[in-house]
Amino acid sequence: MREEVYSGSVERIEVMGTDDEDDFPWIEEDEYKELYKQMMIARKFDEKAFSLQRRGEISTYAPHKGQEAAQIGAMFALEEDDWVVPSFRETAAFIARGAPLDKIFQRWMGDANGQKNLSELNTLPVAIPVGTQNLHTAGLGMAMEKKDDENAVIGFTGDGSTSEGDFHEALNFAGVYSGHSIFFVQNNQYAISMPREKQTKSETIAQKAIAYGITGIQVDGNDLLAVIKAMEEALEKARNGEPVLIEAVTYRLEDHTTSDDSTRYRDEEEVEEWKEKDPLRKFKEYLKEHDIWDDELEEFEEKAKEKVDEAAQKAIDADEPEFDELFDYVYDEMPELLKQEKEQLKKEVDQ
Amino acid sequence: MTEKMNIVEAVNQAIHDEMEADENVIAYGEDVGEDGGVFRATKGLQDEFGEDRVFSSPLAESGIAGTAIGMSLYGFRPVIEMQFSGFSYLSFYQIKEHASRMRIRSRGDYTVPLTMRAPYGGGISALEHHQESPETFFSHSQGLHVVIPSTPQDTYSLLRKSIQMDDPVVFLEPKKIYRAFKEDVDTEKEVDLEEARIVQEGQDVTLVAWGAMVPVAEDAADEIDADVEIIDLRTIYPADFDTIYESVEKTGRAMVLHEAPKSVGFGAEIAARIQENEILKMEAPVERVTAPDVPYPLYTLEDFYMPNKDRAVKGLERVLNF
Repeated sequence: MREEVYSGSVERIEVMGTDDEDDFPWIEEDEYKELYKQMMIARKFDEKAFSLQRRGEISTYAPHKGQEAAQIGAMFALEEDDWVVPSFRETAAFIARGAPLDKIFQRWMGDANGQKNLSELNTLPVAIPVGTQNLHTAGLGMAMEKKDDENAVIGFTGDGSTSEGDFHEALNFAGVYSGHSIFFVQNNQYAISMPREKQTKSETIAQKAIAYGITGIQVDGNDLLAVIKAMEEALEKARNGEPVLIEAVTYRLEDHTTSDDSTRYRDEEEVEEWKEKDPLRKFKEYLKEHDIWDDELEEFEEKAKEKVDEAAQKAIDADEPEFDELFDYVYDEMPELLKQEKEQLKKEVDQ
Repeated sequence: MTEKMNIVEAVNQAIHDEMEADENVIAYGEDVGEDGGVFRATKGLQDEFGEDRVFSSPLAESGIAGTAIGMSLYGFRPVIEMQFSGFSYLSFYQIKEHASRMRIRSRGDYTVPLTMRAPYGGGISALEHHQESPETFFSHSQGLHVVIPSTPQDTYSLLRKSIQMDDPVVFLEPKKIYRAFKEDVDTEKEVDLEEARIVQEGQDVTLVAWGAMVPVAEDAADEIDADVEIIDLRTIYPADFDTIYESVEKTGRAMVLHEAPKSVGFGAEIAARIQENEILKMEAPVERVTAPDVPYPLYTLEDFYMPNKDRAVKGLERVLNF
């Protein structure tokens, strides 16, 4: 005898250009404008960081161009007491979370002081290794459940990370312990040069949730409003101890980092196709269609550029970290052994 | 208050007392809850503190360590168990690259007060991967404390202190001597993690050991016709080298005894530091008695692998007769 013991399904959410537009307006008019401004600042930040890298002010930069809707949409519905676990490409998310722009630049300029005081934003420092931070998302979510809190944590991760063991352990722990965790996968189609279809045999990344008994949602990651909708649904669940995996289908319009050359592994035609779906342009058109677009938004591009330029200059002008900072934060209390090494190195480097 | 305990009972009592003192202390790991862990180190804790605070987790070492980091960041003090230290390598990345660096990366803004316990070391005829001594790996991971007790009193006091620390601690328990002997444990006694213990004083040679090698060192010292000063390092990193220097300034001779393989074992670090700081006081090169650079063997060969009293005595003779 054979019988079906399980079958699952995954829904995809789109809003712009679909019947869902009937929902309009479903957030405040000011919020639409604010979202556009955040996206524009994020875009200008990316351009500035790129030019700073070329000028040698930044060593390596991971651009987020094309992923603004995914990141900013993901952050929109969060409350202050919700937590954020970013990976390394989440600069737009940091902007939406309210991290000072100059601090974000400072970190890209190689000074960890740019990551200071993030606890005020319930946001972790970026995680550079791929996928390991998903377990921190799971642990934070478990802790919220244990403390009977009604908040949630969103952890960002990429399509490449879904091949890592820690991604799967995280989904498993979150499911078992009713974690308040949202695993937000930005499926930007490439893990450096590895295309999504060679990364996994799964038709969608969202369906990986099914194996762990949690909800999986796929969303058009270039559709800001769809991402917001998915997150609102996910937050409602996560706050009640039902973890969610969201796959935001998007595209990295630039290279993996400034050290990468994406022309070696993807063709121009494909990039052009995705440029047509540029989330910033898409949202601008949407605002125009719905008569929200105005002169202030028209002029905001210039303002955003000025804001970003000022922040970059502030970061460039910031004091370099001191010698002592190499040692100061390793332990709560500096061990004798480290004090001795510090003194010795101090002499060697003439500080 | 004093009570007679062996090492594994001291582990249990220390976790118990910290859980009682601080409601944010939680304990989890594979089989930790109902079973009380495979060595019963957490026996009875779930009954007393409930499933919310003491629980068995899915079988996933990286998952246990990584979620503990998240829990720490939210205010808990997780005491996690790796069932055997040989499986702790799966958690190594989380401990080394995240737990140990969170403080410096956030400029002291975030801390990770987790304690990772693991039974470690050989000599109990266990299966493959159940008898490793990984202290060097963790000692080479800046930002961690790596602690190895050798007595019930130290186990109790050092583990309580470890759980109270705001920084991550890797607490390796010498399972060969988990139940080897009992002693009076003073539950009021506090210790500093950065302090080696002088097991016995002596004038002729300094013998540094830790974990299950401390009783071996004591047996060897009893047998040899020399006045041996034994130092139990207790904290492998950051180690108390000053106590070692003071001792070798007196004795002029030193030997290190450890279970881990010789190359790049922590004995190498001790020998190098003695050489850097005390070369003019030394009468002989530092001797090392260790396991060889081979994987821990299946148990029919383990008596050749593990340093024992006879090898320790021969080592002491070499350094004394140089």
